[in-house]
Amino acid sequence: MNTTPPRRDPAWLGRAFWFGAALALLWPMLVATEFRPWALFDADSRGPTLRFLGAFVPPALGGEFLWLVARETWRTVAIATAGITLALLIAIPATLMATRVLSVSALSGRMAPVPAALRQGLRWALVLLRSVPELVWALVFVRVVGLGPTAGVLAIALTYGGMLGKVYADILESGETQATRNLLANGAGRLQSFAYGLLPQNAAELTSYTVYRWECAIRSSVVLGFVGAGGLGQQLDNSTKMFAGGEVATMLLVFVALVALADRASAWLRRALA
Amino acid sequence: MDIDLQAVHARHPAAARGTTALRGVSLNVRAGERLAVIGPSGAGKTTLLQVAAAALRPSSGQVRLAGIDPWSQGTRALQRQRGRLFMAPQTPPLPPRQRVVTAVLAGRLPAWSLATSLRSLFYPVDIAGAHAALERFDLADKLFARVDRLSGGERQRVGLARALLAPATLWLIDEPLSALDPTRAEQAIAALIGVARERGITLLATMHQVDTALAQFDRIVGLRDGAVAFDLPTPQVSRDHLLRLYAQHEDELDGAPGAPASPPSATPRPVAMHCR
Repeated sequence: MNTTPPRRDPAWLGRAFWFGAALALLWPMLVATEFRPWALFDADSRGPTLRFLGAFVPPALGGEFLWLVARETWRTVAIATAGITLALLIAIPATLMATRVLSVSALSGRMAPVPAALRQGLRWALVLLRSVPELVWALVFVRVVGLGPTAGVLAIALTYGGMLGKVYADILESGETQATRNLLANGAGRLQSFAYGLLPQNAAELTSYTVYRWECAIRSSVVLGFVGAGGLGQQLDNSTKMFAGGEVATMLLVFVALVALADRASAWLRRALA
Repeated sequence: MDIDLQAVHARHPAAARGTTALRGVSLNVRAGERLAVIGPSGAGKTTLLQVAAAALRPSSGQVRLAGIDPWSQGTRALQRQRGRLFMAPQTPPLPPRQRVVTAVLAGRLPAWSLATSLRSLFYPVDIAGAHAALERFDLADKLFARVDRLSGGERQRVGLARALLAPATLWLIDEPLSALDPTRAEQAIAALIGVARERGITLLATMHQVDTALAQFDRIVGLRDGAVAFDLPTPQVSRDHLLRLYAQHEDELDGAPGAPASPPSATPRPVAMHCR
């Protein structure tokens, strides 16, 4: 049979429509965010930008400055570690109470209403803790306890307590739970079942997530430093404001090293626990 | 501990509505008795075990363990009663990264305080007890091995060894031999029955191997379609009883063990990482 080839692709119209629609949606967003990339290459801004970036080389390596960076790096690590430790004090009890795997009543059908309400309430409390960004907590605490690392530690503790609690509970519920439920069904207590069933089952995942969060805390303590919560971030803020490119470069390099170190530590811990 | 079930109807929580695993099962087991539950796949053997273990609440009917209805008491008392019985599921519930000594000692948890159980994670409290239990199943050399280094059969025997440490007077054991070769199966069931006899423990086991059940147990309960087909002392169980019990499932009667349950996956699912 002799048929004429189709004149055009029937899907073309739809494709053109969605492309146009996406553009129409994107345009107001670009306007709202004042997206003007060409401003980067203006003759006016090109000069200062290049000068600032040029000042990155060579990185500042003066003895006194390096000593300052070392001290502030140590302080940053301390802020992140202390923050995560405090966060664990919030997260671990919250996880143990919130996870459904350790429910005795859920063993034989549905969870009883009171424990179910308690678990849901706890999950909402964790949502509240982590939905306030650590930057906001830091601004609050800088007013309360003054400029310095304490504000950073408290801010990280609250936000990360909420995150860790939620993710821990999710990890515990998504893994294999048969061992834990069998221990509970044989009359072991909740904490006993956790220590002998749930924890060995999920230890590697929990550890690797905690180390990853510690790395996140290091990075976020930098941002917190900009609002006066101490550490390397505060120095970075000072140096940026003084246009001391070499100092900024040194501190950025230290950061890269810190994050890489956290990555290695996490990999090593995961291998040790695998 | 004695068991008394009266007209029990039960449905597995995960099962669809309308499907009932047990329909009006009545069963009376005296303390110290040892009996095997046999029947074709899907007859409700595991559900019966779970009801007797106070792990599954019957939708109707009466359960009494040692004269007490487990579901009439509060959570604390129910957990105490569960601590006096031991249920071993068909797939051994052992975390892969745990050591055998810890996995076996976990059977003792109901008898231990929280402080003792945590101390035992640092240094095993009862190495001798764990060793003796494993020796009964010819696994003494695996005392400090990790569970994920064991074969399926070894894992199953570790799960059974745990029973020996449980402070229980009732053992409910689901398919204890499903992953064992005939020699090992013989040895394992002999060990279980021997210890149960020594300690006066009530033993209720579901069995796929009909000839082993007939050779080792004093009393046989045949279960079919969620109802008791026969409940007889072993000498009175005839070939005719068995043929009727396994009608349309003859392949399961003649030695072929049921498909072994797949072991729990050793590799945990990946965890979603979220961070800005």
